[in-house]
Amino acid sequence: MGEAAIKLGGKKESTFMDKVKEILPDGGNLNLCLTCGACSSGCPATGLEGMDPRKFLRMAALGLDEEITSTPWVWHCTMCQRCIYVCPMKIDIPRLVYYARQSWPREERPKGLINSCDMALRNDSCSAMGASPDDFSFVVEDLLDEYREAQPEFKDMDAPIDKEGAEFFLNQNSREPVTEPDEMVPLWKILHSAGINWTYGSKGWGGENYCMFLADDEAWKNTVAMSINQAKSLGCKTYLNTE
Amino acid sequence: MRKFGIDTDDLEIASIYQYYAKWIREGRLVVNSDWNKERRIKFTVQDPCQIIRKSYGDPVADDLRFVVKSIVGEENFIDMTPNKSNNFCCGGGGGTLQAGYHEQRREFGRIKHEQIVATDADYCITACHNCHAQVHDLSEFYEAKYHAVHLWTLMALSMGILGPNEREYLGEDLQEVNVFHPEQAEMM
Ligand code: SF4
Ligand code: SF4
Repeated sequence: MGEAAIKLGGKKESTFMDKVKEILPDGGNLNLCLTCGACSSGCPATGLEGMDPRKFLRMAALGLDEEITSTPWVWHCTMCQRCIYVCPMKIDIPRLVYYARQSWPREERPKGLINSCDMALRNDSCSAMGASPDDFSFVVEDLLDEYREAQPEFKDMDAPIDKEGAEFFLNQNSREPVTEPDEMVPLWKILHSAGINWTYGSKGWGGENYCMFLADDEAWKNTVAMSINQAKSLGCKTYLNTE
Repeated sequence: MRKFGIDTDDLEIASIYQYYAKWIREGRLVVNSDWNKERRIKFTVQDPCQIIRKSYGDPVADDLRFVVKSIVGEENFIDMTPNKSNNFCCGGGGGTLQAGYHEQRREFGRIKHEQIVATDADYCITACHNCHAQVHDLSEFYEAKYHAVHLWTLMALSMGILGPNEREYLGEDLQEVNVFHPEQAEMM
């Protein structure tokens, strides 16, 4: 990085980092780096693509926008926030990464992520596997029938969808209903045993959120709102994240 | 939610771990660790970044540990270092499982893998789907002995209500333990 920094010299105007600073509260503290290295030494993505969080921040500060907005490293960083957690100056590197992801033209972002986000937008489920509300209720009903019969202690067990006035609204990662439905049953039995009044929603039951990871703000907002609004419209008190 | 100013009104947004812990404390959920008294199978737990560091912090990490210890036995739980809010990400977050850079994802996860191996645990309890998929993949890729298991699977096992077809992610050692309606296996 030394080389590139020397070549480009000082800061250019209206750099990527300046733009991000305008968006973040307190500018994400992006100017306050002490170069202590705490972020990098505890970052599992350090070394991938020859990059690490301190270096990423430093390159952004130097206005190396070309490098910052093209390195695939932003897709290896998981935005796990460990760096900001250990940083003495609370510098928001994960958000810098997020906006670097966003700077990629949507169609050039990783295909798998684009697909998952598009799937989630395809119908009201917000499922990254594209399962529709009907698919979901079909799987749930079918499985319930099977288990009520096979395990008579649970003959009254329910896994309601859109139950008005349920206390808890649960989301559900779509991997189970789509690929391994039996794995949902332990949770239902636990809730039944504890006498919990709960429901899934036909809208917004998908627990995963790939639009967020794709850095597609608008799509992310829509999928989150779908789920929260469904919980509210059913009059639920608590939205339980089952992830 | 905060980011977009989506109005949650009086809707409480919570992690299910908080409620598992609460229900166990209140006696609504009756779990116990007797099944593991003799077996002494060892467990560690992955703190999901999304829930712990990024959302609720150490109080919920403590709830998670309370639940885990209640179902596997305090003496059979080994924590990773570092842990809770300071935990290392497993590498399955941020969309990496879908992004297609598998080599880098597994290299990222090597720290997590080494952390789990250092506990010598037979199982890593993962209460988040991304973590589950990633830890499961790490174990296979690095040919490790640990299994990745959902929290609710073990809860149901400890309650004696885990049937034979709900054991996809349990190892050989737990396939025959506390089986609820074993005859269901033959029916399938
Ligand atoms: S931990 Fe914070 S202050 Fe230290 S090098 Fe990283 S960003 Fe800079
Ligand atoms: S958010 Fe990214 S840069 Fe920060 S510690 Fe996690 S992986 Fe590393």
